[in-house]
Amino acid sequence: MNKVVKNVEDALVGIEDGMTLMLGGFGLCGIPENSIGQLVKLGTKNLTCISNNAGVDDFGIGLMLQAKQVKKMISSYVGENDEFERQMLSGELEVDLIPQGSLAERCRAGGAGIPAFFTPAGYGTEVAEGKEVRVFNGKPHILESALTADFAIVKAWKGDTEGNLIYKAAARNFNPMMAMAGKITVAEVEELVPAGTLDPNHIHTPGIFVQRIFQGEKFEKRIEQRTVRKND
Amino acid sequence: MALDKNGIAQRIAQELKNGWYVNLGIGIPTLVANYIPQGIDVEFQSENGILGMGPFPFDGEEDADLINAGKQTITTVPGASFFDSATSFAMIRGQHVQLTVLGAMEVSQNGDIANWKIPGKMVKGMGGAMDLVASAENIIVAMMHSNKAGESKILKACTLPLTGVGCVKKVVTELAVLEIKDGKFHLIERAPGVSVEEIISKTEGDLVVPEVVPEMHFD
Repeated sequence: MNKVVKNVEDALVGIEDGMTLMLGGFGLCGIPENSIGQLVKLGTKNLTCISNNAGVDDFGIGLMLQAKQVKKMISSYVGENDEFERQMLSGELEVDLIPQGSLAERCRAGGAGIPAFFTPAGYGTEVAEGKEVRVFNGKPHILESALTADFAIVKAWKGDTEGNLIYKAAARNFNPMMAMAGKITVAEVEELVPAGTLDPNHIHTPGIFVQRIFQGEKFEKRIEQRTVRKND
Repeated sequence: MALDKNGIAQRIAQELKNGWYVNLGIGIPTLVANYIPQGIDVEFQSENGILGMGPFPFDGEEDADLINAGKQTITTVPGASFFDSATSFAMIRGQHVQLTVLGAMEVSQNGDIANWKIPGKMVKGMGGAMDLVASAENIIVAMMHSNKAGESKILKACTLPLTGVGCVKKVVTELAVLEIKDGKFHLIERAPGVSVEEIISKTEGDLVVPEVVPEMHFD
């Protein structure tokens, strides 16, 4: 089945104010930067964004925060974004901070038809407030519910016309689980190839999870913390 | 003399055992990788989806797609693997990772740890810390004994929002190695030249001090 759409404009058709979006990436690594640029252009408002981080002030989801498009963020870590912290502390932005492993599993569960699961992460902390606690093997666990989204927007290295995806290195992160959890999943890829080009043994996300795929126009792939060692 | 951050990392590195998979947190814990003792083979897990993390890349060889949990550009060692975040935390929750080293703002004598939030002031989020501390068999906290205001961070009870309860077993600071058991801190070692009196005076929590407290030993 051909999942190819012409460009980022066509890929995001149907995203409306008030929707819930999942956006892949860890920090600025593996984020769907073309789609984020288009969302800023569209000016869609009151969005709930599920993403491990919120970008930096002038890149990634940070651009959507600057434009006040986000009503609520569901994330695990937001440390490198001053505007995020300002909006959160002033109460302009609703924020649900959840442990990173729970976030990943909640997305996976959402895509896998598992409505909830128990995890030890967060027991005895603010995260556990209002959640059911149950003891397994002598250890307390809290009940976490699945997450789904109206649109999941992911970024992959290579993809084919069937929507099969291959990620590169640490840019995989949350993208595979989010691809599973979107009612409509949009994949932006660096390289779009005809079906049959990618080795089926190497596919990370099978095309069944992807409804629309396009090749991004350009990828800046900004580095947040450039660390190097000396040549000796 | 009190240790510097590298000294703390070097002391923690002595805890590494052959064949361990190890998760290092951001800050001082990252430095532990620089002091792996000879003959010890360990592999570093980065919770954003890497096993077999190597050193920083040479200038010009940075790859935006290859970063660690602190968002720093890194490399991999031969035999490394990449995976998604759910698999990464399956390794952590499923106790396939033998040691977690992380920083803290406060630690209490029953093993509680706080390191993710200062209400009204600083909210960075917990990242993977809550998953790590809830499941790791061995957790070593790398931290300074006191905060910038000079107040002890080694407490009877944490005052900040918790990251995990009853999970920390060992703390290494610039002054001492402490073990937590039976609801108390136990002084195991002191930094070279640091007096037991200084450690007692800077520890707010209950501290059990044996008659002889050996100095840390560095090769």
